[in-house]
Amino acid sequence: MAAIQNNARPLTLLVATRKGAWFVHGDAARESWRVEGPHFLGHIVSQVMLDPRDRRTLLAATKTGHLGPTVMRSTDRGQTWQEAKRPPAFAKAPAGEKGRSVDHTFWLTPGHRDEANVWYAGTSPQGFFRSNDGGVTWDPCSPINDDTTYRKWMGTVQDGTPDGPKLHSIIVDPRNSAHLIFGMSGGGVHESKDGGRTWRPILEGMETVEGFDASEPTFHDPHCVRLCPSNPDRLYQQNHCGIYRRDGDGAWVRIGNNMPKDVGDIGFPLVVHPRDDKTAWVFPMDGTTVWPRTSPGGKPAVYATRDAGESWQRLDGGLPSSQAWWTVKRQAMTGDAQDPVGLYFGTTGGELWVSRDEGRQWTCIAQHLPEIYAVEAAEMN
Amino acid sequence: MKVLIPGALRSYTGRGEVDGAGVTLGAVLVELDRQYMGIRFRIVDEQDAIRRHIRIFVNGEQAHELSQPLTAGDEVVIVQALSGG
Repeated sequence: MAAIQNNARPLTLLVATRKGAWFVHGDAARESWRVEGPHFLGHIVSQVMLDPRDRRTLLAATKTGHLGPTVMRSTDRGQTWQEAKRPPAFAKAPAGEKGRSVDHTFWLTPGHRDEANVWYAGTSPQGFFRSNDGGVTWDPCSPINDDTTYRKWMGTVQDGTPDGPKLHSIIVDPRNSAHLIFGMSGGGVHESKDGGRTWRPILEGMETVEGFDASEPTFHDPHCVRLCPSNPDRLYQQNHCGIYRRDGDGAWVRIGNNMPKDVGDIGFPLVVHPRDDKTAWVFPMDGTTVWPRTSPGGKPAVYATRDAGESWQRLDGGLPSSQAWWTVKRQAMTGDAQDPVGLYFGTTGGELWVSRDEGRQWTCIAQHLPEIYAVEAAEMN
Repeated sequence: MKVLIPGALRSYTGRGEVDGAGVTLGAVLVELDRQYMGIRFRIVDEQDAIRRHIRIFVNGEQAHELSQPLTAGDEVVIVQALSGG
């Protein structure tokens, strides 16, 4: 049995799915879990996120098959919800011009700990939004949403993921609220050091699909970018073209080349260790031939590095050993802050898996949920 | 005027029929949003286009533009589109 630190808080897993959201409440030992829900039954929920600054405010990005997108907000841990007064929406186009409309809010990131009530959101089509009032009203970030160069790099709906191009992986540097990072699928990873007024792509070292110009942001497809809390100068990235690490202002290094060749280094989610910048976990998928987007060979596994990508270890204890063809979406794998770290992922087949020992052994704690889009491990008050 | 509300939007209105007011379809939706905050953006996007899976009928005829004139006796029906399946 995995020992845990004495001050561990009970966790709630915030599970967003194609048909609603569920909260899965655990005990302090992470042994017993209780499924509660649904919240927003029938709504398409891209993500539910806790505000770590008060540990009680939740935001949920929702839409339905018929209705437009919105953001729901709870200040009582999900007991009651209120709709945002002004959800993320693009600026209205001048007369005679064709404007964009938000299809869904995809990504939610709480702001810096010193900026109470600041939140960021990424949308599909790709847009970057900020709220200064805890998610009640949202404003578009013009240097991204309306900039002609960024609009070119974003491409069109045809250049994105199957259910629409997405702005994701919004990261706030814990040392500096003005240092922001996000990814665009497609469109590359971008960085601002002035609070979002100006941005630049960070592409050096990144590979693209053979035959495309690697200096052109349009051709880059980051799937998930994470910053190491223990070393904010270090980023890890799961990309359409492999797994990468970046230190400081240096070039990206393809650490996925050290993955087993028969598994490859394609996937969507990536999780970093809260205290060890050399440790990260990925969930590879089959990105060969027609891109089946399944677990390679029907044998799901997490892979971990403990040496910043020099080597990788397969972690599949307790996972199906054959004929399991589900996979894990980019927001559907996460970790907690406990010791040892708990890892969690939700599958496209509606299963929720937990590891209390940093990935060595896995247990399925929920089945038969709708397709899981996002999982967050929340320590609520 | 009478405005019929589809099931997906009754979490806003609490009932299937509400009173509307306005000289255009757009004005009716603005007034509805004043009474039931947030309902308009679920029906109409930020470019003032009726959303892809929403249909609005005025006296039985489909309306395509928010500028469509209305009078007090008109009946507005908002429906979830039968978008296949």
